Amino acid sequence: MTDILQFITTNLNMIYILAFAIFLGFEIISKVPTVLHTPLMSGSNAISGLILIGAILLIRVTPSDNYITLILATFGIIFGAVNAFGGFAVTGRMLEMFNKKRNK
Amino acid sequence: MIVLFDIVLFISSILLIVGLRKLSHPESANNGNKLAALGVGLGIVVAIFYPLETQNNNYLFIGIGLLIGGIIGVISAKKVPMTAMPEMVSLFNGFGGFSAALISLIWLINNNSIGNYTDLTVVLTNLFLGFVAFTGSMVAYGKLSGKLKDKHLQIPYATIVNICLLIVAIGLISFFAYEGKLTTTHLILFTVLSVIYGVTFVAPIGGADMPVVISLLNSLTGITAAISGIMTDNKLMLLGGILVGSSGIILTLLMCTAMNRTLIGVLFGNFSAKKEDAGSN
Repeated sequence: MTDILQFITTNLNMIYILAFAIFLGFEIISKVPTVLHTPLMSGSNAISGLILIGAILLIRVTPSDNYITLILATFGIIFGAVNAFGGFAVTGRMLEMFNKKRNK
Repeated sequence: MIVLFDIVLFISSILLIVGLRKLSHPESANNGNKLAALGVGLGIVVAIFYPLETQNNNYLFIGIGLLIGGIIGVISAKKVPMTAMPEMVSLFNGFGGFSAALISLIWLINNNSIGNYTDLTVVLTNLFLGFVAFTGSMVAYGKLSGKLKDKHLQIPYATIVNICLLIVAIGLISFFAYEGKLTTTHLILFTVLSVIYGVTFVAPIGGADMPVVISLLNSLTGITAAISGIMTDNKLMLLGGILVGSSGIILTLLMCTAMNRTLIGVLFGNFSAKKEDAGSN
């Protein structure tokens, strides 16, 4: 119990961000038209490629001779980068097609 | 100097919010995508150069990872045919989940699997959700691309099996967190359980409902990104992850409504589908 209370005290800022971001996420998406469902899913999926930042931060504090961690974290970066870069590229292509259709 | 990095991080959080907002309007969607990409890009640059207490940098590994991942991602995104877009999103989403799971594994290895109650709860939850998002997305990819057929993935009493697995997973997380440590065998068993749950969670859901499931798994990956943000004390990851998580859940519900389905109906379709048929008759 003391652990949990201490966690709340040390992470109070985080908890505020978390709560407000949840409501923000709900509000942002509330009026999206049906045609945009797939591009929006793809775009927000690309944003979750942010995960590779975690791998980068971990790799930077790992001792240079700890090869197991380094290699695992490199794979973390590779998979995260595929998600982020590929995700935004795919979303871009979807939206291009969408714009072409609208212009015709 | 540090304050400069913090300002950039703040700007990129705003870019993510504005980007997501613009993505949900037809006229501005393209700009929204670019803004969000810029936000993530700035976040990566800050993560690479942010001054840390004990830094060994290992820039070689970071460079190799970013290069390989970036090239694979962009090339596969350019090559995929338009009709195969949803399964591509699913594949990318699975990779994100796998990355989250790897981050948790690294945390556990670095700390010899020892930690206090809250740390272990956070890390193990992240590991579980990461692997579920990974294998779940892979199954969804397989179903959408036609490599896996619905009939090959029949699991008897799927709903009951899934609920049991979920209860076991939550029980194990609380147990390990209470113990304050877990052995290598425990870690492997828990990983296997997470991997299996991802499969059994998605397998019984019909191929036609896959977009809804992908959206749900996408929201899961967002939550893992947020949890990793708590683990590494990075506010951008926390904010971005939660945004994706909460907007993903709303998007999932909207998609269900667009398809005239309920989320419960999709997830436990194997018996509610029969009920719906009976009702319509």
